[in-house]
Amino acid sequence: MSTRAFGSRIQRNIDPQLLRGEGSFVDDIPLANALHVAFVRSPFARARINSIDVTAACTHPGVAAVYTCDNIGDLDLELPLLIPHSSMTDARTQRPLARGDVYYVGQTVAMVVAVDRYTAEDAAALVDVDYDPLEVEIDLEKAILDGSPLVHPTHPNNIAAHLVQVSGNPDRAIAEAEHVTRVRVQVDRSTAAAMECRAVAAIFDRVTGELTVWDGTQAPLSVRGGLASILNIDEDKVRVIAPNVGGGFGQKVLLFYPDELLVPFAARHLGRPVKYIEDRRENFVGSTQERTQIHTIELYAKKTGEVLALRDSFLHDTGAFIPYGIAVAQVASTSIAGPYRIPNIWVEFKAVYTPTVPVTPYRGCGRPHACFAIERAMDQLADDLGLDRFEIRRRNLIGDDEFPKLREGLLFADGLPVSLDSGQYHKALEMLHDKLDVANFAAEQQKAREAGRHLGLGMAFYVEGTGLGPYEGGHIKIHPITGKVYVNTGLTSQGQGHDTVFAQIVSDQLGVKVEDVILVEGDTKAFDWGVATFASRAAVVSGNAIHKSALIVRNKTLTAAANMLEASADDIELRDGAAWVKGTDRQVSLAAVATATNPLRYAFNESAKAATQFAPASRHDGPALGEGQAPGLEATDYYSPPCATWAYGVHGAILEVDPEICSVKVRRYVCIHDCGNMINPMIVEGQVMGGIAQGIGGAMYERIEFDTDGNMINANFVDFLVPYATEVPQVEILHLETPSPLNPLGVKGVGEAGCIPVGAVIASGIDDALRPFGAAPFQHIPITPSMIYAAVTGG
Amino acid sequence: MKPPLFEYRAPRSLKDAIALLAGDSGAMVLAGGQSLIPALNMRLASPSRLVDIQHIEGLKGISVQDGRIVVKAMTRHRQLELSEAAHRANPLIREAMAHVAHVPIRNRGTVVGSLCHADAAAEMPMVLLATDGSVVAEGPRGRREIAAEDFFQFHMTTTREPDEIITEARFSVLPAGAGWAFEEFTRRHGDYAIAAVAAIVDRTSGHVSLAACGISSRPVRLRQSEEIIAKGGLVPDVLKAAGEAAKEAVTAPDDMHASTDYRRHLLAGLVRRAVEKAASRTK
Ligand SMILES: Cc1cc2nc3c(=O)[nH]c(=O)nc-3n(C[C@H](O)[C@H](O)[C@H](O)COP(=O)(O)OP(=O)(O)OC[C@H]3O[C@@H](n4cnc5c(N)ncnc54)[C@H](O)[C@@H]3O)c2cc1C
Repeated sequence: MSTRAFGSRIQRNIDPQLLRGEGSFVDDIPLANALHVAFVRSPFARARINSIDVTAACTHPGVAAVYTCDNIGDLDLELPLLIPHSSMTDARTQRPLARGDVYYVGQTVAMVVAVDRYTAEDAAALVDVDYDPLEVEIDLEKAILDGSPLVHPTHPNNIAAHLVQVSGNPDRAIAEAEHVTRVRVQVDRSTAAAMECRAVAAIFDRVTGELTVWDGTQAPLSVRGGLASILNIDEDKVRVIAPNVGGGFGQKVLLFYPDELLVPFAARHLGRPVKYIEDRRENFVGSTQERTQIHTIELYAKKTGEVLALRDSFLHDTGAFIPYGIAVAQVASTSIAGPYRIPNIWVEFKAVYTPTVPVTPYRGCGRPHACFAIERAMDQLADDLGLDRFEIRRRNLIGDDEFPKLREGLLFADGLPVSLDSGQYHKALEMLHDKLDVANFAAEQQKAREAGRHLGLGMAFYVEGTGLGPYEGGHIKIHPITGKVYVNTGLTSQGQGHDTVFAQIVSDQLGVKVEDVILVEGDTKAFDWGVATFASRAAVVSGNAIHKSALIVRNKTLTAAANMLEASADDIELRDGAAWVKGTDRQVSLAAVATATNPLRYAFNESAKAATQFAPASRHDGPALGEGQAPGLEATDYYSPPCATWAYGVHGAILEVDPEICSVKVRRYVCIHDCGNMINPMIVEGQVMGGIAQGIGGAMYERIEFDTDGNMINANFVDFLVPYATEVPQVEILHLETPSPLNPLGVKGVGEAGCIPVGAVIASGIDDALRPFGAAPFQHIPITPSMIYAAVTGG
Repeated sequence: MKPPLFEYRAPRSLKDAIALLAGDSGAMVLAGGQSLIPALNMRLASPSRLVDIQHIEGLKGISVQDGRIVVKAMTRHRQLELSEAAHRANPLIREAMAHVAHVPIRNRGTVVGSLCHADAAAEMPMVLLATDGSVVAEGPRGRREIAAEDFFQFHMTTTREPDEIITEARFSVLPAGAGWAFEEFTRRHGDYAIAAVAAIVDRTSGHVSLAACGISSRPVRLRQSEEIIAKGGLVPDVLKAAGEAAKEAVTAPDDMHASTDYRRHLLAGLVRRAVEKAASRTK
């Protein structure tokens, strides 16, 4: 190997195709004679359905079928509770099509299938549903009060789940504390807003009995398992393909959305291809969201600033249903102590039903909320004790020699105890301090203030448990004709660059060019085992599985090549697509090795001749394949992490608040980031940058607005403000690489990292800028101009 | 997000277009489509007929004549923005247009379309008002000129009759030596204004023109502020007072992007800044 691919800034294999518009998304799949779907959705947040009249819709020209809960057979069921947990009783999940009641605006009530989407929408408007609207309470804090309208009569006070977790001995520590800081923080609801909305298409082949589904999902294997089970077909007769997918961010993990079941069902029922392409409005009102949490967090400290104990109690909005269990709240509650030593923790949450779109993980999944709570509390503690914001952190950050840092009693989202495995937290903090030139900032701030300008410095630290199990696999095969290497895994990609980073891992082991390693994923026929893309886990879990498989193929190749070159395996090196006897020019191409390891009858090319039955090198004294031998250069292996591996980082910004306009301009944004060994720093930076852009959205722009009746009043890109490139600051990214001790590649996840601390950074910076106004700290994101107005005018 | 069924017509002459419009009470004019097509897709509008005016002879171009900048109906935002003649005649126009949406939308959307759409937070209606401009309407009953002051009624409502086509807009040329400024605040670059102010200050005549958008159900002239400045002169205290007086023009209720109180505060600041900048540009 001349240069290592692992660690290099290699351009992404997939980009030329995507940039030329040659990608193939679900809507690009040519399906002759396909029918198209539109849904009738509830206009009420909570109502009883008295009747549904589909007569006019059924007779509308071009309509093939109209489905309600009454004619979908076995699909008229409560969808699965994907992640059961003892903190929930009688967890409520949605039905594909409403029966009796509706629980949020946008819930699917009927499905129209027609010759095209225009016709389907026309006919959907003809479905006559008679509703009796019921009272609702949208406000999270009011929803749990006695007497509030219930989303589900089965759940008093709308409590969907309640969990208390304790680490250490908080009661004793609290008694010993000399100071307590208490803050209430709130993060509002948002949505992933992927570029491509969700999409599902299906065909059912009556001859073979095979169902093929194209689904813009993050989890084709899981979707296949569920479809097979609900439709009662063998798994091997169901093929789920996630082609190019335009962003996921967690929203496309959930199974099942009603359409994911109903579209395959209709394809089988009608004997024609059926397609559903979700539009933007449907994505807003029908696909899952996240974020609303209200925390009351208390830090019990000594006068020195050393935090002895943390108490946090929070409400988590789970929407009308809880199909993904408590995942988001659980991640928030177990990440609450952040990067700090804090030995004693008491954390409680209540997940609350509200008559709104259900909540499932969205990039960050509870971590931005936890980070906002602990970091705002740390800033406040510093203020209370007259300490600098960097100093309070220095006094509490976990030291390099304190890893692994176990938080006994806290179970993470993988069901395993929280254990922060490695890091250089102090070094990261000092790097930020230097890079932002914090030492000189106070003078600069003072000078600006004298000139009537309000500069502020904000900062926040975060940790991220990444690389969750249970497991993933990797299959690798060197192709006999071209020598190209094919890699399969059970994941899907929504733009992350799997095809490049996995190729880099394989390239180093097999000595082939990165471009000659071809990843095929997102197809249940390509690889059969695994879970899905979520929780910043692809590089850690699939990456290591692929690495392990590559090692096996490497050894097979060395042995076979040694045999062919009549050398010892120790003297063979793999580079430039061939096996070489070290220090000589004797070599054999990997294609030839792959061919030779496959005993052949027919000589279809030159190298094949050497593998045929009468060739001199072939065995003539027994079976062509010895006992236990397999043909070719191929292997499959799996990786199952012992527990999550914890990445971290610290961000800082210098921003300017204009009190006359109430605007915020971020002047500098610095990110110090550590995700262990980096496979491709350019891709890491892309992930971090994208995360920060999303974080800027959460900090200042993106907020789903419900009116008091539960109508989403900004279900469009005019009023739901996704920041443009013009709103996202230049970001300076510096890396640290502390290898994870938990996996062979030493990698940690990076998918969600960027978005986690941004809200806390911005709030901290605005506080700092507006200190002369004596305003209360900003404890609620997103921060809007109206909120800044209230702060600067004391209003 | 697919529009309901409609009939599409693309006449070549203004006469045919007017006849098509008059012949169907559910007909609508289609210009650049940047507002109308999204409205169709969201099924917020459901015209029975669309009369596309882009192929009509004589509806394109910009000319400067008799103290007026005449912008024909099918002139795209971007054409006016980049027009040197228009810029020389009134630099306020280019400065304002940089805030109208984004370049790809300005490439297709028309200036007159924006005036007809009459969003209460749109920039160009306010510029028309600030420059004492007008539009020309042609319909089955003939041709009439409507002053900006009389044209904009409410959010998305003008005094254009349904069977009339606006064939041109007329912005006034900036008086010699006058200063100009445009100040806007949006949460994201290119969005409709939370509030924006256009100012023209002519030291020679003592005339001050101030208009705002985003603050009411239509673009408004800030007459009271104009008077305060005309009387008190271009000094800091007066500008501040003019800003304070402008607050009364804010009638927009609290919405998800701004509270009414904040909008008032913002407008006062924008007025002060706009007049200050315009004054600094006078010769
Ligand atoms: C993402 C986005 C952001 C935007 N941001 C802004 C912004 O910040 N500020 C802003 O001002 N605008 C903004 N717009 C709107 C844009 O400026 C439109 O181009 C403009 O409002 C309409 O012009 P049009 O030619 O596209 O008109 P169309 O969409 O074709 O028509 C708009 C309306 O005017 C009528 N109409 C058009 N021309 C005539 C005519 N000659 N006679 C009679 N009636 C006519 C139509 O019947 C229709 O009702 C934005 C649009 C988008 C999509």
